[in-house]
Amino acid sequence: MLELSGVRASYGSVPAISGVTISIGEGEAVGLLGANGAGKSTTLRAISGLVKLSAGNISFAGTNLASLPPHRIPELGIAHVPEGRQVFPEMTVQENLEIGAYVPKAKAERARTLDLVYGIFPRLADRKRQLAGTMSGGEQQMLAVGRGLMLKPRLLMLDEPSLGLAPVMTDVTFEKIGEIHKMGTAILLVEQNVSRALSLVQRAYVLESGNVIMHGSSTELANNKQVQAAYLGI
Amino acid sequence: MWETLAQAVINGLLIGGIYALVSIGVTLIFGVVKIVNFAQGEFVMIGMYISFFLSSQFGVDPIVSLVVSMPVLFVAGVLIQHFLIRRVLGPNDMPQIFLTFALSLLLLNLALMLFTANYRTVHTSYSDEAFHLGGLYIPVAKLIAFVVAMGLSGALWIFLHTTDLGKAMRAASQNRDVAMLMGINPNRVFCVALGVALALAGAAGSLLMPFYSAYPFVGQVFTLMAFVAVVLGGLGNVMGALVASLMMGVAESLGIQFVGADSGLIVVFAMLLLTLAFRPTGLGGGKAR
Repeated sequence: MLELSGVRASYGSVPAISGVTISIGEGEAVGLLGANGAGKSTTLRAISGLVKLSAGNISFAGTNLASLPPHRIPELGIAHVPEGRQVFPEMTVQENLEIGAYVPKAKAERARTLDLVYGIFPRLADRKRQLAGTMSGGEQQMLAVGRGLMLKPRLLMLDEPSLGLAPVMTDVTFEKIGEIHKMGTAILLVEQNVSRALSLVQRAYVLESGNVIMHGSSTELANNKQVQAAYLGI
Repeated sequence: MWETLAQAVINGLLIGGIYALVSIGVTLIFGVVKIVNFAQGEFVMIGMYISFFLSSQFGVDPIVSLVVSMPVLFVAGVLIQHFLIRRVLGPNDMPQIFLTFALSLLLLNLALMLFTANYRTVHTSYSDEAFHLGGLYIPVAKLIAFVVAMGLSGALWIFLHTTDLGKAMRAASQNRDVAMLMGINPNRVFCVALGVALALAGAAGSLLMPFYSAYPFVGQVFTLMAFVAVVLGGLGNVMGALVASLMMGVAESLGIQFVGADSGLIVVFAMLLLTLAFRPTGLGGGKAR
């Protein structure tokens, strides 16, 4: 469904990713792992069009994404939950969710999707009228994921959903992501918490200084000596 | 003494409503597009001339003529965003500052050339009318202007808080990149922000016409007042700009009454300085609401 081939992107003259080739099938859960600065977030931002490609190609269900402006990409069914949550702080919880269904296709089903999201995250339903910026980090993360779900995405991209969360909240967040995947949404998960990520995804790519250095099923990677030494602390 | 004070407060609130229309526009553009529009006052001037000519040529009441000045300036705002501002949006602020500054000078000089420096006034049947409440004096033209200004501000607030486009504008002002991730087209939202802001300036011009003279430089004082209100109200904060504008109107009026006829602005700028020194994020603080 999503294919990246030889994608390069840079911030100014500093290359951030130099030749990323990955693919994700319909309904699959795939991890993008690696240390800080490996190019994981940049890969997601390249898919969303927030950074321009200097080489390579990205296609989603037959559409070439590189030729589209960023605001046209959600229409295709790609939701991007950015790093650090980035909810709209001065808007209420419900307004944040509503704006998540801004594209016409999602707007048509907004009321039903809203019920679904409140069903997955009952905590958000309790806080409908609260300003998003006044909630705890864990609640904001739920809201950011819920806002992504409002698009009714075919692919949900999550950038470090466990960042800055207490272990208990991380458990809850991963449990919810698992539920969402079971409902049929493909997941592209960026995580520094490699053991967590591998327990959720079926396959994963390991990035190092802007390149894919390893690829395999979760079991293969979890048993790989190099991965264990570098990321799992075994 | 109390009557003088109450009268000064009333005068201040009435003119503050006009300041609010201008400053809400500036704060909206700043919040959404992240540019400072130095030409905002010139659009008030254009609104005044539109009402002046509709009145002198066709006998249209200046307040009624805002049904012309507002749409004309809305379209002007959209075109200015789409063909001018869009080209200079980028990491560097300087081109944006110079663009709106140049626009201000261009409009001012065009007005001088086309309309001359003469003062133009419109005399309506209610221009000299006033209500008398106890010892207080409430001019009808200013009261109408205030009520319409508050109505338009309220309508904008409802638009920003209840419509999808309004919410998209707030989202874009709070986080532009993430707004794009929601499928919001930034240029479209910026065009609407410019259009709405200029339409409000046009409305301010039409509302002023029954009791204020139009001349090419008339906009400058409104730009100045708007900047003070935007800083006092918190950059990008629409409600803050409204409240600050009313406060400034009152401060100016009290200054005129108790300091001296030419000294109204002293009080306003003293307010600005104290706010910047002690509450640099503005009285309301925070981002676009």
